[in-house]
Amino acid sequence: MFVYIMRRVLWSVPFLFAASLLAFAIIQLPPGDYVESYAARLEADGQQVDEVRIIALRDRFGLDRPFIVQYWKWISGIFQGDFGLSFQWQQPVSELIGDRMFLSVILATSTLLFTWAIALPIGVYSAVKQYSVGDYVFSIIGFIGLATPNFLVALILMYVGVVVFGTNVTGLFSPEYANASWSWGKFIDLLKHLIIPVAIIGTSATASLIRIMRANLLDELFKPYVTTARAKGLSEFKAIIKYPVRIALNPFASTIAWVFPQIISGSTIVAVVLSLPTVDPLMLDALLSQDMYLAGAFILLLSVMSIVGMIVSDIVLALIDPRIRYR
Amino acid sequence: MSNSLDQSSPMEFAEATQWQLMWRRFKKHKVALLSLYIVLLFYVVAAFSEFFQTYDPEETSRRDVFHPPQMIRLFEVNDAGNRQFRPHVLGMNLERDPITLASNYAVDPEERIYVTLFGRSDPYLLLGFIPMERRLIAAVDSDEKFFLFGADRLGRDMWSRTIAGTRVSMSIGLVGVALSLFLGTLIGGMAGYLGGWVDAVSTRAIELILSMPTIPIWLGLSATIPPNIDPLLRYFAITIILSLIGWTELARVVRGRFLALRTEDFVTAARLDGASPKRVIFRHMMPSLVSHIIASVSLAIPAMILAETSLSFLGLGLQQPTISWGVLLQESQNIRSIAQAPWLFVPGAFVMLVVLALNFLGDGLRDAADPYSQHSI
Repeated sequence: MFVYIMRRVLWSVPFLFAASLLAFAIIQLPPGDYVESYAARLEADGQQVDEVRIIALRDRFGLDRPFIVQYWKWISGIFQGDFGLSFQWQQPVSELIGDRMFLSVILATSTLLFTWAIALPIGVYSAVKQYSVGDYVFSIIGFIGLATPNFLVALILMYVGVVVFGTNVTGLFSPEYANASWSWGKFIDLLKHLIIPVAIIGTSATASLIRIMRANLLDELFKPYVTTARAKGLSEFKAIIKYPVRIALNPFASTIAWVFPQIISGSTIVAVVLSLPTVDPLMLDALLSQDMYLAGAFILLLSVMSIVGMIVSDIVLALIDPRIRYR
Repeated sequence: MSNSLDQSSPMEFAEATQWQLMWRRFKKHKVALLSLYIVLLFYVVAAFSEFFQTYDPEETSRRDVFHPPQMIRLFEVNDAGNRQFRPHVLGMNLERDPITLASNYAVDPEERIYVTLFGRSDPYLLLGFIPMERRLIAAVDSDEKFFLFGADRLGRDMWSRTIAGTRVSMSIGLVGVALSLFLGTLIGGMAGYLGGWVDAVSTRAIELILSMPTIPIWLGLSATIPPNIDPLLRYFAITIILSLIGWTELARVVRGRFLALRTEDFVTAARLDGASPKRVIFRHMMPSLVSHIIASVSLAIPAMILAETSLSFLGLGLQQPTISWGVLLQESQNIRSIAQAPWLFVPGAFVMLVVLALNFLGDGLRDAADPYSQHSI
């Protein structure tokens, strides 16, 4: 098992490398370099442009050197915790990311847990009671969930919240906790606010997982071993949960690998609409104002997050299915 | 199970071509058939969108800011007290609350704006070059305005704008998927047919792209498009960005099918007969692939449409003056304007309908794609 995990983690190194290259390429793509736009911005604000500072900045990021050298400067800085400078905020990027990244991770993981918690029982129910009223209802809800863009659900919920209930569903904290330090009360407050974004982001992933679980289980349910289990007098519940569901879980676990990037992707839009204090609104802002070092750091971190999620899902899969770890 | 065998003679069944078998099977799937008609309707509307609009989508009107939607009533009671077929909408008047100064539209049951099919309107150019002046629905008196889906904050007609957006949103799906299809069949086909290191490298690349969160990367790439670029160029840039990531799914399908087909007897036979790789691929393998590719394409289009809508909604996709469903929905980002004008959600309903229909269509096609499988024929 240990060997398997080690191999899996090593395999992800080239992935992480490619992700960082991609993020850096995005930083590099806009015409002109970062210091040029920084100087232009300072001048536009009517500030003095300090030549020494400009030269120091150019040197720091190696802007006159080829792509690979610049990339090396950037990535080796990141290993020392230096993500570059956000020229819009006039702060090191690492200071801006901290808390927001933490909330993003919480949001993504709780969405993943929510997705499983909902999709698993419904999938099992839909398969066992195939073509029942409940099955049809869940199928229809599932299809609509797949077809609706996340942000539309968020907008509609906001609309309902404001017009019908007169409350605001945006944000992750109540005003009194927004700037408070962490406490039990703040944690409970966070949980309360998490429910709506988690439900919105999870809809489409839940919908597809339900369909996968249903199809997997349907393949298993009519196999002879289930009949044998029934014939031997196992209770219906045990006969289904203990054997076919366990087998149907395998392909289900392997889907986590793509569900996680999907969740991170979906949370970007929902977080912007609901103005959650996660990395996403700041990233969009940075992209819109071409604050490329900040944006690049976010793209890198989100990609790393989804690669890590993939590793975790592979390990989970290996835990459930011995055939994989002994291959 | 095989009720079509009962209807048609076994001989007819045995002689039917692959496409006939597929069509026969597709027709069984009632929801997919209905979806096919809906999708076709949307493409017709997209192609001739000017004809289906009621007004010029850019025409602003200060008197009609946030004008609510009006429903077409088919019958009216005439002076003699009989019901008579005369389609019309009830007029609405802008009233200002004397205390709060809030503006409100009140229905005026006396004022009727009669509408007709194929009525005359201001002249316009169909497809940008055919001069016409009749529209699908128009007011009998062309000086009067009516708003089927309401108006936005500049008093522009939402019906016309949504219909105009149909063209951009539906076509970006098609163009994007065509590009992804090209990349996907090329890379997936090479990986599946050649195998070896080509397969290993492209499979890793696909895995890498699939493990990335797509929206942040799309956003990052489209943020690098210069902001003042020509709308048409921007449209193509966005399509390219979308298909740079969208090809992976298609490549996987193609590769899987190629791997499965490569060892089939008829392919081996063709190769042993001395057919060139080109001939084996295009003459022998492609015909059994096409149906699967069509099915995956129809499942890839809705993903493209959703992606474009999301990007434009966030302000990094298409931008004004281009009209797409995402651009229109951007207007509803402001909670105050949707509280005042919930009809700004209408383009969202269009997105849902099209994506739903395309998904069902794709499901039906996928089931029908393999006419020799054991399921009900």
